[in-house]
Amino acid sequence: MTPAIPPAAPPAKPARGIVAWLYKRFPIQEFLSEQLTGYYAPKNFNIWYFFGSLALVVLVLQIVTGIFLTMFYKPGEATSFDSIEFIMREVQWGWLIRYLHSSGASLFFIVVYLHMFRAMLYGSYKTPRELLWLIGMLVYLALMAEAFFGYVLPWGNMSFWGAQVIVNLFGTIPVIGAGLVEWIRGDYGIADATLNRFFALHVAAVPLAILLLVMLHLVALRRTGSNNPDGIEIKARVGADGHPLDGIPFHPYYTVKDIVGVAVMLVMLAIVVFFVPSFGGLFLEGPNFEPANPLSTPEHIAPVWYFTPYYAILRAVPDQRLGALLMFLAVALFLVLPWLDRSPVKSMRYRGPLSRTALALFAIAFVTLGYLGLQPAEGRYVIMARIFAVIYFGYFLLMPWYSKIDKVKPVPERVTFHAHG
Amino acid sequence: MAGDVLIDDSQVDKSRRVFLTAATATTGAIGVALAMVPFVASWLPSERARAFGAPTSLDLTKLEPGQMVVPIWRKQPIYVVRRTPQMLATLTNHDDRLKDPTSANSDQPPYAKNVDRARKPEFLVLIGICTHLGCLPKARFEAAIPELGADWPGGFFCPCHGSRFDLSGRVFDGSPASVNLRVPPYTFEGEETLVIGIDNANPKGAA
Repeated sequence: MTPAIPPAAPPAKPARGIVAWLYKRFPIQEFLSEQLTGYYAPKNFNIWYFFGSLALVVLVLQIVTGIFLTMFYKPGEATSFDSIEFIMREVQWGWLIRYLHSSGASLFFIVVYLHMFRAMLYGSYKTPRELLWLIGMLVYLALMAEAFFGYVLPWGNMSFWGAQVIVNLFGTIPVIGAGLVEWIRGDYGIADATLNRFFALHVAAVPLAILLLVMLHLVALRRTGSNNPDGIEIKARVGADGHPLDGIPFHPYYTVKDIVGVAVMLVMLAIVVFFVPSFGGLFLEGPNFEPANPLSTPEHIAPVWYFTPYYAILRAVPDQRLGALLMFLAVALFLVLPWLDRSPVKSMRYRGPLSRTALALFAIAFVTLGYLGLQPAEGRYVIMARIFAVIYFGYFLLMPWYSKIDKVKPVPERVTFHAHG
Repeated sequence: MAGDVLIDDSQVDKSRRVFLTAATATTGAIGVALAMVPFVASWLPSERARAFGAPTSLDLTKLEPGQMVVPIWRKQPIYVVRRTPQMLATLTNHDDRLKDPTSANSDQPPYAKNVDRARKPEFLVLIGICTHLGCLPKARFEAAIPELGADWPGGFFCPCHGSRFDLSGRVFDGSPASVNLRVPPYTFEGEETLVIGIDNANPKGAA
């Protein structure tokens, strides 16, 4: 049975009164049509397609909770740690706002990593969506900066030493390194000046950049249209009404579906916030409940879980400059992914064993490196980190070869879709 | 309009237009670059931070042989060790296990570019920040500590990423750090006072 083709956006009724007044002066109708009711998305989206809109919801959550935290937080060597304790103990419902923000940071990365994996699974970065992927990666980079700056703000001991380690990474750059580090810190050590500028970057500069980039990401998406699990361009098969045969309007079909995803995500967030806000030291680390102490390094410095894959690569290399370089490369390689992939098909559904194995190994390597980055840098952990770092880089650097010679299956003309019986 | 002279495109001097556009854009770009200078420079250490970065003095009479004190200079812990003859004797027999035994690639004033890495062999003065990623190396002066191995001659061990340094702050092979611990500029005032942050090359304090 062929599923009924949903109608195009209904012709607007002649508007009256205030609505007509508004329409004459502001293109709200066109905007809504372009973004939602007239945006045709493939009808075969699966669970992987929730994470884009979920990321948008988490962004709003972080902005709203962040604004409220700014009302009580006081940046400064002498005041930061105490103002966080003030928020946790004395501000009405302050603990909830802060835990929503700290858990929201981890949630953001969970959602974004799954969103990125979806793109790698279905070849969403391939032509014509290279720019969409690039802008998305810039959002990811901005998000990493945002998370790092935010992590320094509570001025706990892990904040301090995390900042020390990350800022010193720039010191490994030849010639300019030492001067650059002093410029970033604004003092001869991580100090009040550093904390205050990180606050400015965290609450103003980087969020503005993220908002702009997210907007550009959506603009690029509206131009190319969404990819789908079959990796077929739905615009290639257009019906008599001019709309893709395999597409349905984003609103109401996917807006309503996405709300279900949002509800599930918020339930999970609530469980974390109410019952395990520090998540066993993964979301909030133990040493950060002590104030920053420049004379006492925590026994074991580890970043928050979402940076640990890269941290494991950094520590796996015995040479500090090469280690820092490989760590930056590990992030930067994502940017060139569209040009490394030579496969004639997009989706893993129609790719052969080489590409599938490579992606599976990469996912295992990423998660394992994430685990290893949380462990002390000694003995077998370092050996394992080296092995998995080789797999990590192999996925990217060998891709031009294995994606080209891999066997592919014929891609169907229409998307695979089964309406509910 | 009446009175206006209509010019068709063939009469327009386009090269002049291109030149003027490029010249205007270049001037604008230089202006923007110059306007950025104060904003970029605002991130440099402030006058106050520089003032607090002044030299620090330390009374050496209270430091027993084999002891370490940690004064602060420019927010950095400075490790000052009064080395015993036995400690100094350990420095000569493990050059083959060091990454940079002569301190050729490391950062120290010229008077500390020797085996002792010091002006006076007795007093070791180091910036107590691991050259790997900035943690604080721990003092482990006794030889052959079980966790550091039977061939451990005594020195400094960084708990973060496992870098090891000898009693002159020289880094051992197999450490993630590639260079020796840094030596700050320093001088002695008489026999009993150490001044950190000042020496002949930096008479007014380190730049």
